[in-house]
Amino acid sequence: MTELTTKTIAELRDGLRGREFTAREVAEAYNEAVSGAKALNAYTVETPTDALAAADTADAARASGDLPSLAGIPLGIKDLFATAGVDTTAGSHILKGFKPPYESTVTANLRKAGAGMLGKLNMDEFAMGSSNETSTYGPVISPWRRKGSNVGLTPGGSSGGSAAAVAALIAPGATGTDTGGSIRQPAAFVGICGIKPTYGRCSRWGIVSFASSLDQAGPMARTVRDCAILLEAMAGFDPKDSTSLDLPVPQWEANLSSNLAGKRVGIPKEYRIDGVPAEINALWDQGIEWLKDAGATPVEISLPHTKYALPTYYIIAPAEASSNLARYDGVRYGLRVEGVKTLDDMYSATRADGFGAEVKRRIMIGTYVLSAGFYDAYFTKAQKVRTLIKQDFAKAFEQCDVILTPTAPSAAFGIGETTDPLAMYLNDVFAVPASLAGLPAMSVPGGLDGQGLPLGLHLIGNELDEQTVLNAGLAIEERAGFTARPEKWW
Amino acid sequence: MSVTNEQVRHIAKLARIAMSDEEIERLAPELNNILGWVEQLGEVNTDGVEPLTAVIDQKLRLRDDVVNDGNIRDEILANAPDAQHGFFAVPKVIE
Repeated sequence: MTELTTKTIAELRDGLRGREFTAREVAEAYNEAVSGAKALNAYTVETPTDALAAADTADAARASGDLPSLAGIPLGIKDLFATAGVDTTAGSHILKGFKPPYESTVTANLRKAGAGMLGKLNMDEFAMGSSNETSTYGPVISPWRRKGSNVGLTPGGSSGGSAAAVAALIAPGATGTDTGGSIRQPAAFVGICGIKPTYGRCSRWGIVSFASSLDQAGPMARTVRDCAILLEAMAGFDPKDSTSLDLPVPQWEANLSSNLAGKRVGIPKEYRIDGVPAEINALWDQGIEWLKDAGATPVEISLPHTKYALPTYYIIAPAEASSNLARYDGVRYGLRVEGVKTLDDMYSATRADGFGAEVKRRIMIGTYVLSAGFYDAYFTKAQKVRTLIKQDFAKAFEQCDVILTPTAPSAAFGIGETTDPLAMYLNDVFAVPASLAGLPAMSVPGGLDGQGLPLGLHLIGNELDEQTVLNAGLAIEERAGFTARPEKWW
Repeated sequence: MSVTNEQVRHIAKLARIAMSDEEIERLAPELNNILGWVEQLGEVNTDGVEPLTAVIDQKLRLRDDVVNDGNIRDEILANAPDAQHGFFAVPKVIE
C-alpha cells in the first residue's frame, strides 16, 4: 500500500469517496511509513491509534455518503499545537511531559473536518530557529541530500518536522506555524508548498505562543490545492483569540484558478540582494516568465524599508517572546528544578535548565529591549519602523495584486554548518517583511539547484487575499512541473 | 550602546535565568553583536510615525462579563510539578 502515501490529499479524498480504497488502508500505510522513518527524527510522538480511529469513523460514514472535507485523512501536527492528552512540548525541555487537557482551535477544526493525527512533529524550540537544530529532541534530518553526498541537511525551521514529513511521504499534509518564515523557508528547503494566511485567519488559541503579534498557523502539503483544502479547514473565527478575524472562510479550493489575466505581479527591486546565489535569482526570473505565461503583467515595485525588516523583527519577536515565555516558571506545568532554597531560585534554576541556548538568547534580547531606559530606543522604534514596512506594502498593492520573490536566500544547508546566530537569522530575509505586515504569503517549489536541492518561489498577497496567492502559486506549480522527490535512504 | 557583563547579569536576573560567570562572558559579545546589528534602525527617520499596534485593522472585541468555564480545578492542576490540597505548591516563601 506504499503507493497510497504518494497521493495528494485531494486524491485521497476523491479516492475514498470513489471507494478505490478505505481510510483504514490509508492510515495503515501512513502509520507504517511513519514508524519506518525514525532516522529522519521528524516525529516526537507517534499516534497511530488516533489516525486509525479517524479512519474507521470515515469508513463507517462512507455508507451514508456524507463525508466532511478531510474525512479519514491522517495529518502530522507540529508540536506547537496543544493536542488533548498528547505530549505538547514546543520542542522544549521545559515543557517535558506536558499533556494539555484541551485541544487547540486549529487542530479541533481539523478533527471536526474528519482528519486524524499521525503524531506530533519536531520543531525548533518554541519555534525559534531556521534549521530545526534548536529542538530538545535533536535536529530533524531532511530527506533530501546533495547529489553524491550523504551529509545530513536541515529541512529548515522552525516547522522542520512538518516539512520533512510531507516531503518524505510520512504525512500527506501537516500543520505549521509561521512567525517570521517558519512555514515558508522549510517548505522551500524540501520542495513542498506552505502558506501563511493573513494574520488572524487561523486562531492562535491553543498554539504555544512565541511572538503573538506575528504567530500564524498554516498548512504544509505537496500541492497548492492541498494547501487550499487544509487552510479552509484550519481557518475561521474563534472568540477565544482576541485577534481572530470575524470573517467567513472563503472557498479557496473551489475558486482556484491559474488564469492570471489582468493580474499585476510586483517585483520588488529591494529583494535583489548581494550574496544570493545566481541560481536563485535565475529561478526568480523564471518565475516571472511563468506568471507572464499565465496572463499576469510584471511591474517593478519598491519596498524601501525592506533592509530594516530583519532588525525590526529581531527586536519585536524577542520582546514578545520574553513576555510570553515568562509563564514557564516551574509552578503550573512542565519542568521544575528541585533542590534550591527560595522560590526565586526555583524559577531561575528551572528556566536555566529548561531553555536551550537560542531561546535564552532571545529572552535576554527581549528583556533588554523592554527594560527601563531602553524601551523607546529599541521597542518603540521597531514598532514605528514596522508601521513604515506595513505602509510600503500598502503602497505597493496600489500598483500590483501579488508580489513574487525567492523564498530563501539559499538552498538547504548542512546540519551544524551555520553557527553564527546572525547568519542564521538572515535565512528569513525574504520571509520576514510579510510577517511584520501580517500578509498572506506562500512558498511553492520552483526547481532544483545544481546540487540537486529544491528552491522555492515566494508569493505575498494583500491582506485577506489568500486567493490570489494560491492562484499565482497554482500557475507556478503547473508550469514548474516540480515532481522531484528525495531518494529514500532512511 | 553595548552591554557590559554586569548589565547581562542584571538582564539574566530580570529574566529569571540562572547564569554562571562563564555563560555571562560568552553571552555578552553575542548580545552586543545582535544589538549592534539592530541599531541600524537608528538610520530610519520615524518622526511623526505612530508605532504599529495592530497589524490587521480590527476592533478589539469585548465579551460578556460572565464565567464561561470553571469547575476544572483538577484539569488545571493535572500538569503541575507539585500540586497539594488543590493548590499549586511552591518552595516555602515565609519562615
